[in-house]
Order: sequence, then C-alpha cells, then structure tokens
Amino acid sequence: MDQLLGLAAENLISPIILSFALGVAASLARSDLSIPEAVAKGMSIYLLFAIGFKGGVSVADHGIDGRLGLALLAGITLSFVLPLIAFALLRVMTRIDTLDAAAVAAHYGSISIVTFVAATSVLESQGLAAEGYMVAVAAAMEAPAILSALWLVARGGDGARKMEPNLLREIMLNGSIVLLVGSFFIGWATGKEGLADIAPFIVSPFQGVLCLFLLDMGLVAGRGLREGGRIMRPGVLAFGVIMPLIGSVCGLGFGMALGLSTGGVALMMVLSASASYIAVPAAMRVALPEANPSLYLTLSLGVTFPFNLTLGIPLYLALAQTVNGG
Amino acid sequence: MQTHQAKRVEITIEAVMESRLTDALKKSGVTGYTVLPVLGGSGRSGAWSRAGQISRASGMVQVVCIIRPDRLDDLLEGAFAVVERHIGVVTVTDCVVLRAERF
Repeated sequence: MDQLLGLAAENLISPIILSFALGVAASLARSDLSIPEAVAKGMSIYLLFAIGFKGGVSVADHGIDGRLGLALLAGITLSFVLPLIAFALLRVMTRIDTLDAAAVAAHYGSISIVTFVAATSVLESQGLAAEGYMVAVAAAMEAPAILSALWLVARGGDGARKMEPNLLREIMLNGSIVLLVGSFFIGWATGKEGLADIAPFIVSPFQGVLCLFLLDMGLVAGRGLREGGRIMRPGVLAFGVIMPLIGSVCGLGFGMALGLSTGGVALMMVLSASASYIAVPAAMRVALPEANPSLYLTLSLGVTFPFNLTLGIPLYLALAQTVNGG
Repeated sequence: MQTHQAKRVEITIEAVMESRLTDALKKSGVTGYTVLPVLGGSGRSGAWSRAGQISRASGMVQVVCIIRPDRLDDLLEGAFAVVERHIGVVTVTDCVVLRAERF
C-alpha cells in the first residue's frame, strides 16, 4: 500500500500530470488559454510517431516471440468483449437509453493512445521495460469495439444499424493507426541505428511535448466538463471510474495468461482501462449520429482519462508489480 | 455588366461527414464547391470549437456551393440524404454570378 501511495504521489506531482491539471483549471476558470488546432495535431503526430518508432526499435532489439500473435488476439478479444461489459454496467447503473449506452460502451472497448503514452512514460521513469509490440496491440484494439456497439444497437431493436461500407476502411486507416503502425515498422526495420539517428528529435523532447499535449488535453477535458457537466449524473460519473477498474482487471488476467513482463501487463491493463476519445467518437458520429456526443466525450475525456492519468496508472502498475513481480 | 441568377447553398455539417457530403454533391451534378473551417459555435447539440481538437468528432465545416437554380432540387435531395440524421444547418440564398456557364 505504501508503495502504491508513493507511486501515486510521485505520479501526481510529475510535470505531465501538473500540465494536465493546469489545462483543466484554466478551462474551468474560463481562461482564454488555448492550443491552436494545427499545433495540437502536430504534437499528436509527433507523439504517435515517437511511441510507434520506439516500440519497433524495442522489438528489433529484443526479438519477436510467439506471444506477439497471442497478445494481438488478446487485445482484439478485449476490445470486442469490454463494450458488452460496459453496456451491461451502464444499463444497471444509469438510466441512459440503449443507443447512448452502446455508444458509450464502444469508447470503453477501444483505447486512449495518450493514456498509453503517459503509461509508457511512467514505466520508463520506473526503469521498467515492456514488450515493444504493445504498440501494435494498442492499434489492434482501436476498432473492434465499434462493431460490438453496432451489434448492441441492432440487438436492442433500436433501429437496424448497418456498417457503412466506407466506415470500416476509415477506422482501420484512421491517421493515428496508420502513423502508429507505420512508425512501429520503421523502428523495427531500422533498429537501434535508426533510433540513434533521430534520437535528438524523438527521445529528448518527448517529455516536454507530452507536457504541452496534456495541457491541451486538460483544456479540452475542462471545456467538456464545463459544457457537459450537467448531464453527468452520479451513476454515469461512477461508471466512468468503475469501468476502467473492471477493464484493468480483465487486462491483468489476459496479460498474466500471456506471460507478459510486468511492464507489459501494466500496459495491457492501461489499454483495457482506457477509453477512446479520438477514433471512436468520430466513428460514432457517422454510425450512430442520434447518440449524445456530450455524454460519451465528457465521460471518456472528462472523467475516465483524468482518473487513469492521475490514479489509474499508478494503481495498475502497482497491481501488475504485486501480481507479476518486478 | 451582364449578371445571372444563381443559388448559393451553405451547409454547415460535422467534419466527419465532409467527404460523404461532397461525394453526394458531386453525384447530384455540382461542378464545384468550397469547404470552409468553422472556428466554433453553439446550437441545440451544445457548443463546439476548433481549438485543440485532435479528433474530428466534434468539429464542424461549412460547404458552400453556387449552382444554377434549375439544379437546386437535385442538390438538396442528394445533400439531405447525408445531413438528415446529423447535426448541421442547410441554407439557400439567391445570388448573382458573372459567368453562368461555370455553374
């Protein structure tokens, strides 16, 4: 417990968390602080490229084992199954209708790549290594949850929802997935020599860019809380904290069953616990436009993301260390 | 100078629907259109802003096209099929153009 509290305290006063807190506070105080759209996009491209590249280098360095395929399969399974759990939980804990519950559930089956990036940063600061291919697992977990949500809506009889022909292609070729997977393969192909060539660009500035990016995320989250706070009923709020805990336990089980390293188990927990706010909201706007975007964006970005960033990551890491050792 | 009557159609719609809308416009015979970024705004579905958006989920764009009056119905039918279930506004106004053959 002492170790958990120490890690949580250390995490809470890290520059990345404080930057996020600054963003939330500035937004709630109605400051005019804002990060231009193009800068936010540029930073997200940088972070995705850096994290994908470093994951690829790690695979090139440590080699690949049979667990890669199983880890991908586990990630896809989790992404399909977690929305079903989230949907059932929402129906029990809240009064939101089938359509909104399915849309929210899709977010909790998919992943937040920024939470993943923040978790890898915490692992690095703790000197813990993780399997490089977890980046590929993250990419694989983006889309299946959307199919589960559409199935839930169709099954609920809330109007038949067919997958638009172009939607699946758009999700699979979403810019962030292409960049993450593409940079992973570049890192894998070029290895440590490739990393040495561009390290001054993708290693040294990484933490600083992450701070600025999280400042922006804080601004967006604060704005979401300000605008969507009134629809956050106690049951919905509680769901935003309980669901990541359930997801993390599922991730722990899969990570342990696969025999991943402690860092790998922690990342599997983080992926299972996080909720999407990039790929899935866009897909939901196309596939389920009647679902309330304020509800799912505020929940994933305003409740679950800050929870995971501040308390969740240290908790998942401590659990992974306790159960897996290391 | 000789001018010609035309219709200016402005469709403000979610950014994720942009390509679907422009495809529908092309299918309905529109020869050209302009896509403008929307900085922010507020409506029945709440407020939105371009600032800091890393996702296109809550962003909006405006598609503007100018057409001959006799093509208006086809355009609106094509556009309505796309915008019907989505957040957005469609307006039609009269305007004049100098080179009618371009529309």
